[in-house]
Amino acid sequence: MLKVLLSRLGQAALVMLVVSAVSFVMFRYVGDPVASMARENASVEEKAELRRTLGIDQPVVVQYGRFLARTLSGDLGISFRNQRPVTQLIAERLPATLELVIIATILSLSLGIPLGVLCALKPNGVAARLVQALSLIGISTPTFVTGIVLILVFAVTLGWLPSFGRGQVVELGWWSTGFLTWSGLKSLLLPGITLALYQLTLIMRLVRAEMIDVLSSDYIRFAKARGLPTRYIHFRLALRNALMPVITVTGLQIGSLIAFAIITETVFQWPGMGLLFIQAVSFVDIPVMAAYLLFVGLLFVIINTVVDILYAVVDPRLRARSA
Amino acid sequence: MKTLASPGLITRIGAPISVLAAAALALIIVACALLASWIAPYDPTNLASFDLMNAELPPAFTADGDAHFLLGTDNQGRDLLSTMLYGARVSIMIGGGAVLVAATLGVMLGLLAGYFGGKVDALIMRIGDVILSFPTILLALLVSGVARAVFPGAATAEWAPIILICAIATNEWVQYARTVRAATMVETAKDYVRAAKVIGLPSRRIMLRHILPNVMSPVLVISTINLAAAVLTEATLSFLGVGMPPTYPSLGTLIRIGNEFVFSGIWWIALFPALALVILVLAVNIVGDWLRDRFNPKLRVKR
Repeated sequence: MLKVLLSRLGQAALVMLVVSAVSFVMFRYVGDPVASMARENASVEEKAELRRTLGIDQPVVVQYGRFLARTLSGDLGISFRNQRPVTQLIAERLPATLELVIIATILSLSLGIPLGVLCALKPNGVAARLVQALSLIGISTPTFVTGIVLILVFAVTLGWLPSFGRGQVVELGWWSTGFLTWSGLKSLLLPGITLALYQLTLIMRLVRAEMIDVLSSDYIRFAKARGLPTRYIHFRLALRNALMPVITVTGLQIGSLIAFAIITETVFQWPGMGLLFIQAVSFVDIPVMAAYLLFVGLLFVIINTVVDILYAVVDPRLRARSA
Repeated sequence: MKTLASPGLITRIGAPISVLAAAALALIIVACALLASWIAPYDPTNLASFDLMNAELPPAFTADGDAHFLLGTDNQGRDLLSTMLYGARVSIMIGGGAVLVAATLGVMLGLLAGYFGGKVDALIMRIGDVILSFPTILLALLVSGVARAVFPGAATAEWAPIILICAIATNEWVQYARTVRAATMVETAKDYVRAAKVIGLPSRRIMLRHILPNVMSPVLVISTINLAAAVLTEATLSFLGVGMPPTYPSLGTLIRIGNEFVFSGIWWIALFPALALVILVLAVNIVGDWLRDRFNPKLRVKR
């Protein structure tokens, strides 16, 4: 068990090292930091001085080492555009994105599971066919189109919900939350739905496939033969087992949702990390881009590693295979 | 319907008549887009053909519409229908280009990995694994962000399509490589390849002339679905402002422009291009889904 744990952690560290190397290469070689930091008409001596203070006259390995040391101590450089520490910028934006992702996950699970079950129980029913046809349209509709249509209907035409920003937020220490005010909750609704729709199709299809799989298994057939009530069979016996992979996938998807929130945040001008990143891309703000890459990479690695380790704890067969 | 072992989404919804309709629709849209310079009522690339005085006119069928502009005009006074036709052409050409680059790269790497195995295989497939573990849109944004930092001219109309194609192909080659690798491994073990090796044919010739023709059919099937995905990714990047510039817009750029006007009740600039995009992608997806079910049920598991 310890061996599995160590090997998983080792792999995670290796991936992070690669991600940090990519991030370092971007940071150091994409664009010229001296050109973007020195004042105009700076003399050659001034530029050389700047090079020395930035440490970029040193060998690459030394520079990478320093980059790692700085990163580990939480210093990710200063944004070219805002002239503020990147760590601070990301910390400010993190709550907005996470709250959006939480709402989207709750919404997509609470809609996707019942719809998936419906499609599995009556695969040829009218409702199931309708849901399937809609899900194909859902796959073909990009998130930003969904967002724009929602804004047009609920914000512009009906005027029920706000279409941009977070509304009023309450500061809880360093975390700013929109959950505690009415306007904050109202602002969460449209972006939350938009982001949830992206994941809804996935969850629905997964629940449907798993449910169909479980329903044809022996123990369900025995339960039916024994004359147990249908409701009990479907919801207590089958659904529970069908939900296991759904929980895993939902967990794994949180990382993708955070990255995918970039689009939703752009449509709704939601002040989260995604909007920060997209602004960094259009203004070629390399430190912010590099830091975002590191952050999302770290998130993916943590989620994957935790899931892997949990699997190894739960399922002894995997332990033997990977060791 | 029950006779099909495991009907996919499409076969479940309806008979192939819907697939035929979708195929026809997709072909019509592609044809209209490619013939844009002949069939569009105006030329949106010609500055002299539009007038700022006509900006933001609503579609012809609404109360204050102008009969000259069927779907209204955009913020610069360009006829929306013409701009959309030209935009769809840009979208389709970038999508098609990306699929072409991804397929070529993926097939080559897949052949190499499947034929040689060992370290070559491990290296190529690990790179693919890492790429697949990140969301498409994030990688595409990183590629285009880095490209913008490296070439100052990246945002111009000449360079933007090439960068978009690279950004999309970076993600899509992996699927081709995986499929071709698996098929190549099967073929390599067969007698005709062993015989070709024995008579001393060079590896290059065996891979390209003997194995390649036998592993191509899944590639064509994947390409249909990937075309829809590539058009969507291009639209997303352009919508986010890192794709085609407003002077040479794709459908995504048009939606981005329109998005700024949605709040003032000017819905048509965003909505018509969005509708065109969704219909195009939906039609291609329906055809692709059907092809996938029809020719290679095994592929369905991947999505």
